[in-house]
Amino acid sequence: MFSAFFYLLRARGLDVSLNEWLTLMEALEKGLAQSSLTSFYYLARAILVKSEAEFDKFDGAFLEYFKDVEFYDEIPQELLDWLNNPKENPNNYDFGQDMLNRSLSAEQIQKMLLERLQEQDSEHNGGKYWVGTGGMSVFGNNGNATNGIRVGGVSRRQSALHVAGERQFRDFRNDTVLDTRQFQMAFRRLRQFSSRVDAPKTELDIDGSINETCDNAGNLKLVYQKPRQNTVKVLLLMDSGGSMEYYSNLCSSLFQAASKSSHFKDLKVYYFHNCIYSKLYTDPYCMPGKWVDTEWVLKNIGSDYKVIIVGDASMDPSELMGRSYYNYGARTDVPGIEWLHKFKNKYEKIVWLNPIVDTQWRTAYWLQTYNIIKEEFDMYPLTVNSLEKALKKLLVSK
Amino acid sequence: MAALENFSGSRDYVVSEELMRAVNIAIALEKPLLIKGEPGTGKTALAEAISKSLNKNLIIWSIKSTTKAQDGLYVYDVVQRLYDSQFGNEGVDDIKKYVKLGKLGEAFSSEDQVILLIDEIDKADLEFPNDLLWELDKMEFYIPETKETIKAKQRPIVIITSNAEKELPDAFLRRCIFHYIQFPDQELMEEIVKVHFENLDEILLKQVMDTFYWIRTLEINKKPSTSELIDWIQALQIGGIDPEIIRKEIPFAGVLIKKNEDLDTLERVKKRFKF
Repeated sequence: MFSAFFYLLRARGLDVSLNEWLTLMEALEKGLAQSSLTSFYYLARAILVKSEAEFDKFDGAFLEYFKDVEFYDEIPQELLDWLNNPKENPNNYDFGQDMLNRSLSAEQIQKMLLERLQEQDSEHNGGKYWVGTGGMSVFGNNGNATNGIRVGGVSRRQSALHVAGERQFRDFRNDTVLDTRQFQMAFRRLRQFSSRVDAPKTELDIDGSINETCDNAGNLKLVYQKPRQNTVKVLLLMDSGGSMEYYSNLCSSLFQAASKSSHFKDLKVYYFHNCIYSKLYTDPYCMPGKWVDTEWVLKNIGSDYKVIIVGDASMDPSELMGRSYYNYGARTDVPGIEWLHKFKNKYEKIVWLNPIVDTQWRTAYWLQTYNIIKEEFDMYPLTVNSLEKALKKLLVSK
Repeated sequence: MAALENFSGSRDYVVSEELMRAVNIAIALEKPLLIKGEPGTGKTALAEAISKSLNKNLIIWSIKSTTKAQDGLYVYDVVQRLYDSQFGNEGVDDIKKYVKLGKLGEAFSSEDQVILLIDEIDKADLEFPNDLLWELDKMEFYIPETKETIKAKQRPIVIITSNAEKELPDAFLRRCIFHYIQFPDQELMEEIVKVHFENLDEILLKQVMDTFYWIRTLEINKKPSTSELIDWIQALQIGGIDPEIIRKEIPFAGVLIKKNEDLDTLERVKKRFKF
């Protein structure tokens, strides 16, 4: 049943497994969809889709597959409200009318319903012709006719296609740029376990205990050992101010996520403006005085740190390549590109995250430095998928 | 469908129709129900409501960052046994004495069907859900120490909540029914509030709602949610605040907004608009 829908979902990028599909079939067999498209929509979504980030893809595919039944959407809300509260059933079963009704095909009934909806302007109950409750016409709710279309009485909400059509989960798609929680989730991937860390000894060391107890002439002596812990250390360097203002919200969420990720052994954060020069700033305002020497950082922060540079890599070419560039109170004689090289030489694990997701609107002038830096570093756009790729890159041993 | 028990919300918990469907689907298919959503949208309260509405016992297993899957099954207190054996205490031979069932074990061995809430599963280690696959699928586990198999006498209804701090493994997700609790719209929220406060003044309610949803549109880090709204209304009622000034002054804003920087943002916006 609906096998084509299964393949459509998969074609639209939803990773639906055969197991889940069979579960849906089982649910249909148990009658959980209650022969209503709306129920089917929620049933299929609950069983097949496991993340709100995928709801939108599902909505899209659902619309595509079931778009031809959209007709049911056009029943006005007032009409539904009245139909959902049936008046007393007048017990007016009419054999002749029933025979007449039975002779109608499904298409004819649909067509008639459409016509009636055009004409009808008031409530009708207990009749043979209009859409109403308790009647003998082929449409309406709670009536005595044996065939026809039930209008209303199924769901308080509007139909499935309406819900799917709203595409209200569009914002949750994870190929769009991400928020703090998603950042955090991505950062959790950055871990490497080792038991060679400073931590209280809380785990029972079985072999040690046996040895010690034997040495102790059989008198019980327990030995504890250190648990394994994450050893990943991170150095985060963030571009701040100027062209980065535009991305300040995004960068501050990245920063929050990194600082909240308590599982790092150590996290150091420094800021720079446009490019790294002889000073690194300790706060995002990049004020003279609140800084450390870049040389000091290179000397004191070990090469086992994993380095993440965040910046748009867009600046005046002279800022990257030129000498004697005056940068926020810090004079420099070494061009920015050489500072970047120093970092690249010292740290084996280094990635560049760029908030510019789409370079098309950038003019060629700003793209010059972007392209140079892209040559030098593994550069990733700042989205969920790419961040995960970047972090993976930091973990693999070359 | 008729023979199945149907969950339809309880007296003090308002469910959206979608959520109700998801719960009933999960019960009918005998699969765990995974609930995700913003903090404060009543994920945990759902299990309590189901337990009340179906009149079944609720067993809560709250997950912490240090929780291991094993803790939920059983704990074998080997250290106690070693110490006992040292002094030849009675019953040391009886391993059962040192095997204590965890929450999952408790749910399995219960005579009646129970609701098992595995709260905030994403708090635990990344591998945690994978370690429970077999147990949740087959509803049984084996204790090698006592050579015993604990099998569910009545398959419990399993509710799992997650704050989406971590991604859950695929294999685990495939076995669950999934529902995402969206933040309630104003209409549903009014219903929820009315359940918590009988005879709430209509003018007050209107003012509170407008202000609350307005605050949620602001650029703040931690948006207030249902539980904060309910606390706030309580504070307003106890404080005897005149509904007319709620919108203007936003009294007890600290109940709604928990972060200093967010409070500052609110103050700035208030000044700019000068209601």
